[in-house]
Amino acid sequence: MSLLAEPLAPKDDKIRCDACPVMCFIKPGATGACDRYANHDGELVRVDPHVLLDRTVALGGEIVPFARTEDWDGRIVPEKETFVTAIGAGTTYPDYKPAPFIVSSEVDGIDMVTVVTEGIFSYCGVKVKIDTDRFVGPETSIVRVQGEAIGHVTSGEYGSQMLSLGGVHHLTGGSKKEGRITCEALLDLCNGKAVEMAIDGGATLIVQAGKPPIVNGVTEQRMRVGCGSATIGIFAKQWHGKVDEVVVVDDHITGVLSEHQAGKLLGIPDTGIKLKGRRSTPGRYFQVAQPGTGWGGTDIEDPLAILGPFDRKVAWPGLSLLMVSTTGEHSAYFELDADLVPVEKPLPAALVEPVERIAENCEPALSTVLFIGGAGGSLRAGVTENPVRLTRSVKDAITYVTCGGAPVYVWPGGGITFMVDVTRLPENAFGYVPTPALVAPIEFTLKLADYEALGGHMDYVRHLSTLDPEGQLKLPQRLDNPWPFAPQGAKRSHG
Amino acid sequence: MFDPPIARLLPDGRRLHLGEGPIDLVIRADGAPEAVAAAYRAAAQRFEGLLAELCDELPLLRSPVLAGTPVPEGPVARRMHRAVAPFAERMFITPMAAVAGAVADEILAAIVAAGPLERAFVNNGGDIALHLAPGASLSAGLVDRPDRAQLFGRTEIAHADPVRGIATSGRHGRSFSLGIADAVTVLAGTAAAADAAATMIANAVDLPGHPAVTRVPANELQPDSDLGSLRVTRAVGPLGAAEIDAALARGLAAALQFRTDGLIAEAALHLAGTTRTTGPALPAGTDRRTLIHA
Repeated sequence: MSLLAEPLAPKDDKIRCDACPVMCFIKPGATGACDRYANHDGELVRVDPHVLLDRTVALGGEIVPFARTEDWDGRIVPEKETFVTAIGAGTTYPDYKPAPFIVSSEVDGIDMVTVVTEGIFSYCGVKVKIDTDRFVGPETSIVRVQGEAIGHVTSGEYGSQMLSLGGVHHLTGGSKKEGRITCEALLDLCNGKAVEMAIDGGATLIVQAGKPPIVNGVTEQRMRVGCGSATIGIFAKQWHGKVDEVVVVDDHITGVLSEHQAGKLLGIPDTGIKLKGRRSTPGRYFQVAQPGTGWGGTDIEDPLAILGPFDRKVAWPGLSLLMVSTTGEHSAYFELDADLVPVEKPLPAALVEPVERIAENCEPALSTVLFIGGAGGSLRAGVTENPVRLTRSVKDAITYVTCGGAPVYVWPGGGITFMVDVTRLPENAFGYVPTPALVAPIEFTLKLADYEALGGHMDYVRHLSTLDPEGQLKLPQRLDNPWPFAPQGAKRSHG
Repeated sequence: MFDPPIARLLPDGRRLHLGEGPIDLVIRADGAPEAVAAAYRAAAQRFEGLLAELCDELPLLRSPVLAGTPVPEGPVARRMHRAVAPFAERMFITPMAAVAGAVADEILAAIVAAGPLERAFVNNGGDIALHLAPGASLSAGLVDRPDRAQLFGRTEIAHADPVRGIATSGRHGRSFSLGIADAVTVLAGTAAAADAAATMIANAVDLPGHPAVTRVPANELQPDSDLGSLRVTRAVGPLGAAEIDAALARGLAAALQFRTDGLIAEAALHLAGTTRTTGPALPAGTDRRTLIHA
């Protein structure tokens, strides 16, 4: 005997929306009081236009809302040139139901199918790369938005600081507010909006995908050309003969020309310079100062602070010294007086260009945002009745995965964990559900015959020309994104 | 868990947008920068939880107001009740007829309490609550249909005028109408009062039994509509000039009575390109070539 009551299913097919406290009952084909959520054949869906990518229009063309016009002639855009993205496609929870759109089209005489769905990702986050040497906060420090923990500082990369934000623990493991703020921040970052964040024991940042980072209110201009040692290696020859000694100040590795291999090869004599910090290899010093927002990502305001007294046996009065940061933003020129004490002098004309050359070789500093999500779970069931076959087919490069038409990197190993540069998707391609979780588009493209072989929902395959033109958005394909239907070799744009 | 409320500055950097569920407020405060910042903080603070507070009493707010109907408890709900009560003896009305205006009034009150401002408005989907300091005025455009941004005129509201609320109702908006008016715009003492009156006048602009008017029980469209099985207008076929006049005359009679009773200041009624108004504060006329695009 079961003690479970019969489920309280409504007698008819109206559904109850739980997107806001009004909790409207919505009839099929109707929207709730907000006009944002609708009942589509018994499923609650967000009413967003469905996005198609149009390969023919150049990047930067206008977004054309097609249909909804009286002069619509029923013509579908030439099929070879249209790829259906999952943006606005909705989902078909529970997942055993076929994905919302399984679209076939003929490409160069081969029947292709694209399975289009929006994935609900509770296991997702973003990796943010911030091109700056400035200190943003200690590794593993908490990153907060509106006081809520949304992620942490992770290990830095060459010339950049890295943040790992979101993930299931912040989305669903903490307080309701933590989950909500995390979801909001991820959504904004993914949709290219600016997000202000504060790092425990570190800086306040404003991060926006594809824009320069703002660290403690200062907009970052340049990414360093290399670490201090690399900068010596790159520019040694251009300094040779114009100055006796060069120190490139860097939070990571500070370089000293006369001791560096590059200086030795040029026959530059010793200068008796003494650096603070820990010598790694000749001419390369670690930890000359604390991390900060001064010279080269250190806390240094006065560069002489990292020097000890010159060796009296080696140095000579009049010895010239250039100190410069890895971005060329900071520089100072000194000459030793009779007591071998450095005295600041104006930068000689011959050194102006070599300093400017450093800045010139720095790339613009950007914040970049990669969305990472795992489609390894039940989402695959919307594609095939045998989900593991989809995973294998992706690994075997038989199935091409895109996110809103943008190329993704599929992480090796189990499941389908992918990363995508959010700036390569159409605008506002990401959504969310109150769970909280992010909603990201995902498309699987493969040959129709391969789709059948992996146990695809063949009864639900429909031809591109049968898609309802109502509510579609036709967008230009970004020129730097490979065309999803292109031959395998041609569409791997990165990695 | 529900979708979180939204509070953000619009791209112009001057107006505040607050949104949750079916509510979208566009707010503007004019004054010293610190006063404006304080006003926006106060607005966002008051907005948090406001929808939930309304939803707690939703069944009562969706019920017709009759003698002996309990007075709701929440401050916004009480504003709604207060606004619709004067109409309750004469016709069917539920507090929901004033929900948009009441929300606008409540947020405006929070803004005004936060500090001195020259001027402020809270626009809740066309239902607007106003604050005007001495010497300040507001120019408001009038649209001929709530679903179109086409102005057919404008009106100027000054500090001395008894008007602090503007509302527009009609059959094209999100909520249902029992009448056939394309738009009825009302100026009244509060946004809630204007909202309730605009709903009632729009209902009165009607041609009962006319074959060109298609009506459907409200609950067939929205199962939990406060209008229950009352038949709401879905479509209006072509109407002759005499029919348009007759429908507008019914509405105008209601509007004039409401004005006599002190419930509203002025009203403009719009149907099929023809406008009738209660007085000179609002423009009249049918000539679409003189539309003001501002």
